[in-house]
Amino acid sequence: MTLDVPPTLDVDPLLDDPKTRIIVCCGAGGVGKTTTAAALGLRAAERGRKVVVLTIDPARRLAQSMGIDSLDNTPRRVKDIEGDGELHAMMLDMKRTFDEIVETHADEDRARAILENPFYQSLSAGFAGTQEYMAMEKLGQLRSRDEWDLIVVDTPPSRSALDFLDAPSRLGSFLDGKFIRVLMAPAKVGGRAGMKFLNVGMSMMTGTLGKLLGGPFLKDVQTFVAAMDTMFGGFRTRADATYRLLQAPGTAFLVVAAPERDALREAAYFVERLAADRMPLAGLVLNRVHGSGAARLSAERALAAAEALTADLPADAADGELPAAEAELSEEHAVPAGNAGPGENLETGGIVDQEGGKEEVRTSPESPSTPELTAGLLRLHAERMQLLAREQRTRDRFTALHPEVAVAEVAALPGDVHDLAGLRDIGDRLASGGRPAGAA
Amino acid sequence: MSRLQVVSGKGGTGKTTVAAALALALATEGKRTLLVEVEGRQGIAQLFETEALPYEERKIAVAPGGGEVYALAIDAELALLDYLQMFYRLGGAGRALRKLGAIDFATTIAPGVRDVLLTGKACEAVRRKDKRGRYAYDYVVMDAPPTGRITRFLNVNDEVAGLAKIGPIHNQAQAVMRVLKSAETSVHLVTLLEEMPVQETIDGVAELRSAGLPVGRILVNMVRPTLLDGPVPQDVKKTAIAKELSRAGLGGARKGGLAEQLVEPLLEQAAEYAERIALEEEQRAELARLGLPVQELEFLSEGIDLAGLYRLAATLRRQGV
Repeated sequence: MTLDVPPTLDVDPLLDDPKTRIIVCCGAGGVGKTTTAAALGLRAAERGRKVVVLTIDPARRLAQSMGIDSLDNTPRRVKDIEGDGELHAMMLDMKRTFDEIVETHADEDRARAILENPFYQSLSAGFAGTQEYMAMEKLGQLRSRDEWDLIVVDTPPSRSALDFLDAPSRLGSFLDGKFIRVLMAPAKVGGRAGMKFLNVGMSMMTGTLGKLLGGPFLKDVQTFVAAMDTMFGGFRTRADATYRLLQAPGTAFLVVAAPERDALREAAYFVERLAADRMPLAGLVLNRVHGSGAARLSAERALAAAEALTADLPADAADGELPAAEAELSEEHAVPAGNAGPGENLETGGIVDQEGGKEEVRTSPESPSTPELTAGLLRLHAERMQLLAREQRTRDRFTALHPEVAVAEVAALPGDVHDLAGLRDIGDRLASGGRPAGAA
Repeated sequence: MSRLQVVSGKGGTGKTTVAAALALALATEGKRTLLVEVEGRQGIAQLFETEALPYEERKIAVAPGGGEVYALAIDAELALLDYLQMFYRLGGAGRALRKLGAIDFATTIAPGVRDVLLTGKACEAVRRKDKRGRYAYDYVVMDAPPTGRITRFLNVNDEVAGLAKIGPIHNQAQAVMRVLKSAETSVHLVTLLEEMPVQETIDGVAELRSAGLPVGRILVNMVRPTLLDGPVPQDVKKTAIAKELSRAGLGGARKGGLAEQLVEPLLEQAAEYAERIALEEEQRAELARLGLPVQELEFLSEGIDLAGLYRLAATLRRQGV
């Protein structure tokens, strides 16, 4: 059932090409988008480029992994980068970015009037599209500063992963839109002919909205609009400019996904949307792909073998009870037998990743007999093979829809990333791009 | 038990699935629940394998023992038109308002108004009674926005306080807040046993608590079964394992034999597994520190379908919903 293998996405040439100026990582929430952006940024920096990574909402650990305790609205240089390049990282503060626009484009008094306006305060902190708009605004700013030769952007975790493409124009068209102008000064719009109709509509609207939201609200909006009046054109212009920047040849979109049904369904949708908007797609990054060194042993055979091994054990051992000799040992450790249920095997679980814990493990009262252990290994393998098959099916579905999309697969890590070494490791996995061992 | 059950969680943790399973579990034994969607993603329809839900309450499932689950996808624009209709008898003027972008303005742009309308509709369903004075729904389950936005979403009063100081939206916000901050509501957070979702859950609980919103339970989703009892002993005899594999018919145990070649990869997988289990235990301990009831839902290896939903509902039921 395996389809033709899709082309492999080669990350390094993309990162190395001086013509690549912007990389946008997009995809559904929870697929490792921000980590991918950081790993790409680090890799590009260590390959000699001067990079800034713009993250939207990084987990604290990720910021720390770049040696920065808290990221803010200004790029901070990341230390301990190998090679000649530079890595800078920043986190979008949408309110701060909005404030900066106001401060740059309005004189002092007017800026203060805007910043103190309650409507502005809610809009800048709360409006659903503001984050997306400000991400694009920031991207435009970074690009025009021309201090970096590569900008890696992480997109906001939107309710729909596509919001960031729409939001700029939505906010833009709101801020210099017809309705808000009508709210402001009905007579200005539409000339004489339109005036009468608009005035009727207008009084009805302000009347209704006034009733609904309370008079002070409309007054706040009107004050806000009056103060922002000179800046409206700018919003639209910049939103349009950023949109065009995204379509330009120096930009590469990477759709990030995990080999799970929902994530890949969104990825497919994203690929289609990017094509419709004529945004340059470089490929798909598929995170958390599993492999196996023993892929030729199928799940079915592994389970049958496990069965065979446990079938001839004494009944109590097969039930997970300890054989008599080992039961004695367990008393000195005072660990009740058969406590492996979820939530209860904290003690043994906690030991594994510590080198010093090995002594303890060896004398662990729970050490199973070799047949039990081997059966366990086989069951574990069967689960892995079933996982591989599921991942393969979801990938096949995506490939069938979009055979042209190049794919880079990133082998799954057991845990999260905590430091530059971890990010570097992800970068290596990304660049090797091919499938992990045994991924069919 | 709270009649409004709000389900939030980090993206990718399966909060829609859990909300649906909870609605099924609560409907068991002749109860009627309403499952409400507020983000316009049609996740519920996908889950129940039905066509897109309209802005209308309709029955989507029956629960064991004769219960019923209704679903509603709340649309903020239509909710506002409804609302205007109810209070102002707008008639065709509503359409005109819509055409001029006023409805869009009020629901998408005016901050907070959208959230008041969405939560307001859910609260209305909670309080609605039939002619005989019984509640129309025993429970309302809301598939809410993700953890990062949930406090702001529910704390509508604060959101519109600075804007709508008087008027119906203001009053509506007040009424909604009374329900949301009462014992009638509980907010549950869905997480996975992974670092980032757990960290977000911890942050989310802190935010909800400081906003005075009632936190219910932590629902740990996609918990995988224990396959190995404890880590593989370091001194394990690889030759002994090879022999066992061979005995199970998987090839020769000698060096280079098929069974022997399996030993290393199998042990490697066991080591990865052990590392993952250890990480999961750390996350369990983190969650335990929150001092909230924690429930675990099993991972469904074949993905979520209707049968899977019923299984999760049964699990919730067993653990006491």
